[in-house]
Amino acid sequence: MNLFCVGLSHHNADVEAREYFAGHVESDRALRNCGCNEALVLSTCNRVEVYAASEKRVSTDEIARCLVRDDGPHRFAPPFYRYEGEKCAQHLFRVASGLDSMVVGETEILGQAKKAYEAARATGVAGRYLHRLFQRAFRVAKQVRTHTEITRGAVSVGSVAVDLAHKIFGDLQNCKVLVLGAGETSERTIRALVSRGVADLRVSNRSPERGEALALAVNGRAIAFEQWLGQCREIDILITSTSSEVPLLWQEKLAPMLRERIDRPLFIIDIAVPRDVAPDVNALDGVYLYDIDSLQSIAEQSLATRRAQVAAAEQIISQHVAEFDEMITRELNCPAQSSEHPTVGIVEQGS
Amino acid sequence: MDRYLLIVSTVCFLVAIAHTALEMRGGIFRPMRFNFFAVGLGFIFQTAFLSIRGHALGRCPITNLFEVIVFVAWSIALFYMVVGPGYRLSLMGAFTAPLVVLLQLFALLAPIDKPHPVRIRANSWLEFHASISLVAYGAFALACIAGVMYLVQERQLKTHHLHSIFYHLPPLTDLFAAITRLLWWGFGLYTLGLISGFFVGEPLPWIQIMCAIGVWFLYGLILQGRYLHWFAPKRVAALCIIGFSAALTLLWGITFTAQTHTP
Repeated sequence: MNLFCVGLSHHNADVEAREYFAGHVESDRALRNCGCNEALVLSTCNRVEVYAASEKRVSTDEIARCLVRDDGPHRFAPPFYRYEGEKCAQHLFRVASGLDSMVVGETEILGQAKKAYEAARATGVAGRYLHRLFQRAFRVAKQVRTHTEITRGAVSVGSVAVDLAHKIFGDLQNCKVLVLGAGETSERTIRALVSRGVADLRVSNRSPERGEALALAVNGRAIAFEQWLGQCREIDILITSTSSEVPLLWQEKLAPMLRERIDRPLFIIDIAVPRDVAPDVNALDGVYLYDIDSLQSIAEQSLATRRAQVAAAEQIISQHVAEFDEMITRELNCPAQSSEHPTVGIVEQGS
Repeated sequence: MDRYLLIVSTVCFLVAIAHTALEMRGGIFRPMRFNFFAVGLGFIFQTAFLSIRGHALGRCPITNLFEVIVFVAWSIALFYMVVGPGYRLSLMGAFTAPLVVLLQLFALLAPIDKPHPVRIRANSWLEFHASISLVAYGAFALACIAGVMYLVQERQLKTHHLHSIFYHLPPLTDLFAAITRLLWWGFGLYTLGLISGFFVGEPLPWIQIMCAIGVWFLYGLILQGRYLHWFAPKRVAALCIIGFSAALTLLWGITFTAQTHTP
């Protein structure tokens, strides 16, 4: 039995090609018809991959034909890669662990792989080989996440801001947030904060219409621009992104208000260029000021840390590839010991 | 024989430190379970040591500076075991272990394990007074450790230089809440210890009373300052460190005078 993977990803195909070969409802049946005993399609925004087991060799072109979304002529020379045997296992383990992702260490792919596997198992297109392969992949991904720092830190400006807010306030549910300036980046940051439980949102903008529109969009309330400074007595997080040419907040302006809230920190996210908040504000006790550069720098630092963990992750993966290869070879020699459709979790415990 | 138990206990705490150091060097820092178990094992050996010593003395084993230091180290580990997981401060083990090791190494290496000049007869009020005060020291020590953690976290947030440890430290507000609770625990227990001192029924040296009241006032002031908003959280954290250093020095003074004072 050949275990193999055929696919294309963000590494070698643009989004148009990925869309074209994204698979369809009939892909499973088509894959079986062209000789695959077991087949699973993993289709995400960054990759389209077929993991299959077959007794005879199924060509890459045949697999590609099963994935084409429409019946029209091939508009692309398919840039497919193909991995067989232990290389196929190694590739899936890397994919499930987030090593092959566009953002190294992202964890969404593991959920997508689990979903694809569950769907294939439910329809019966995934049999004992794919079962073993995927169960092992989930176990590897879990081990990589536990024993390395591959998923550590946020890698986008919005998520860095949310992570920092969490590090300062813990539970964000009771945090009061003021957004100064209704820009696109501040809206993304607010949405990230809302996803972590922030409920009290206030929006203040020079143009009241835009402020009100954003307040409505994020379920917050609009504050008149002249009143935003007074809000600093109450709020926990201030997000600024106005187009002001001069700073709107500096040490002498903020200090008197802090005396009234000495035991509550104030987190200021200044994503405006030029900056809305003078850097000397960071020197005040209990104030944590981050501008766009410092957020970007933390995101880059996290990405570098993740990349530095790749070698450790690869080591874990290569151990599992060797074990998996040995297990499959053993099972091929005594096939009667395994049932055709084993129950999830029995063979590979802890996945 | 009992000293061997203390040595094994110290080794357990050293293992927790070594594990933390190795993990930090490798850029991976997951001290959760390992540190808790290493400190837990060290705590068991500490308890065994104090139990054997207590049986031999026929009273609470706090008759000399050596025993007092070990009792404080035991109280610190006890508070860590109770407070650490409860307040999701499992990283505290990484900070607790060095303090316990320092105290126990000093106790083991310094020539301070000298029997009291006279065999002290058991006095339940005196033992209650001394032991409850030392348990309060455990809470003050943990507040000091939480203070160190707060300052480390605060510094990294201020400077924007986030190290591996940053991702494993609890949020600032959680740490400050833990500091406040530990201060209240320590202050409450210490007050209880101080009040019970009046029922000892034996005259105590005035310097000992002054030192004890001094520590009580110091922590009372920190709590008062925290609630009246005199001090920002960062200053409260720093005061917890200064307060515990001062309290430890005064404890040495109290124990020294107690050893030279024969009731």
